[in-house]
Amino acid sequence: MLERVVITGVGLTAPNGNNLSEFRKALLEGRGGILDYEIRYFGKTHAGICDFDAQKYQTKKEIRRGTRAGSISIYCAHEAVNDSGIDWESVDKSRVGVYVGVTEHGNVETENEVYNISKYDYDTSMWTHHHNPRTVANNPAGEITLNMKISGPHYTLGAACAAGNTGLIQGMQMLQLHECDLAIAGGVSESIHTFGIFAAFDNQGALASNSDPLKASRPLDVNRNGIVVSEGGCLFTLERLSDAQARGAKIYGEIVGYAINSDATDFVLPNPERQAECIEKALEKAGLRPQDIDIVNLHATGTHSGDAQECAGLRKVFVDCPKTHFNATKGFIGHAMGAAGALELAGNLPAFDDSFCHACLNLDEVDEECALPNLVTGEPKALENVTCILNTSFGMLGINSVVIIKKFTEGAN
Amino acid sequence: MTKEEIREAVLDILSDVAPDEDLSDLKDNVSFREQMELDSMDFLDIVMELRRRFKVNIPEEEYTALGSMDSTVEYLAPKMADL
Repeated sequence: MLERVVITGVGLTAPNGNNLSEFRKALLEGRGGILDYEIRYFGKTHAGICDFDAQKYQTKKEIRRGTRAGSISIYCAHEAVNDSGIDWESVDKSRVGVYVGVTEHGNVETENEVYNISKYDYDTSMWTHHHNPRTVANNPAGEITLNMKISGPHYTLGAACAAGNTGLIQGMQMLQLHECDLAIAGGVSESIHTFGIFAAFDNQGALASNSDPLKASRPLDVNRNGIVVSEGGCLFTLERLSDAQARGAKIYGEIVGYAINSDATDFVLPNPERQAECIEKALEKAGLRPQDIDIVNLHATGTHSGDAQECAGLRKVFVDCPKTHFNATKGFIGHAMGAAGALELAGNLPAFDDSFCHACLNLDEVDEECALPNLVTGEPKALENVTCILNTSFGMLGINSVVIIKKFTEGAN
Repeated sequence: MTKEEIREAVLDILSDVAPDEDLSDLKDNVSFREQMELDSMDFLDIVMELRRRFKVNIPEEEYTALGSMDSTVEYLAPKMADL
């Protein structure tokens, strides 16, 4: 039997909070973090922008040399380790693994450099030698190891917008394989710094716009008109339960189920049947029924077809589930891409303690195609008891991911 | 550019390349590496900035001329005299 793995620390930066307590407070108080934003070539749009202090854990030179994704990763990793209460000085750094999900990496740095050499008539002798270390796909995870002197394995997981969950899943699996003793795992995104992502979504008819930026991201609402792109990050410290208990760690929850599958149908359009299968696989792995889930956090990006398809998939699985409640987080923070799954899961974890299901922000009128029983709108809903949270994250090329976290209790899970 | 202007230009580049360093008491006759944390990537940054800002190209075999402020200014003076 595989060893049980638990979450013992959370480090995050979101457009509306730079640690879990700030983030949770904003979610419960209905405070979003979307702002007006302008980026070269594309112009005016909206975005979720993080205001964490990068210099808290990096020198100015490290920031200059590295990437925004690296800074976000380093901030989140330190915050997670600090939050875990582990004695970092005594940790064997060769036994720490770093697994960071990313939607994409390298677009920002490449665009910057093409822009820079455009000032020199595209003379490639002006192309920075920092380009390669900044754009290698492992950059965000690698920057963590450089900064924190971690000599265990590190890599990123490219998984489109399912990446936050895949980072978490990878960390859990590596702990179970004893490839590491402490995993720093989750997802990050620097995507607001590439004009390409805004232009591509816009040309796809999938970029949100609103006269009030705080109302631009409105998943499931009848007046939704697309995605708000955000930056952000969320990394967890994961440990085998036995190790966590041995050091008397605070336990946020236990990862009891997960699944990743592929639509195999379209580059961008989701497939509700495969999404439903992914949820069912995760439930099966956890030994749970749909009725056992208290909170389902939707992926729900705010696109017309994506939200409708996703809800169709959920309605297939969650039939006659009176205690199951549904929420979505992107109305508050936009779509944090590779960080989305991890951030949105983190935002719900405190429900194990406070029993609140945070509401969907900007969901003024539910689209009929997005109707779900117990969809939480308006105010947070106090539930009787929260023991199981299911988080979904789906991405382009048809990648689906689901994780199920259970409130930790002594004894069998 | 005069030698003093070149020195100021190099100092400006150094402040960008090594933003954490206090350059106010930099000793011109002592090597940069003895006074501040500079690695090979930083030296490449200095070379790149000289190229970008002043169109001064420095061949790799001459990088050693950039050891200290004195040697750097001496090396750059003829290359930047007409700027």
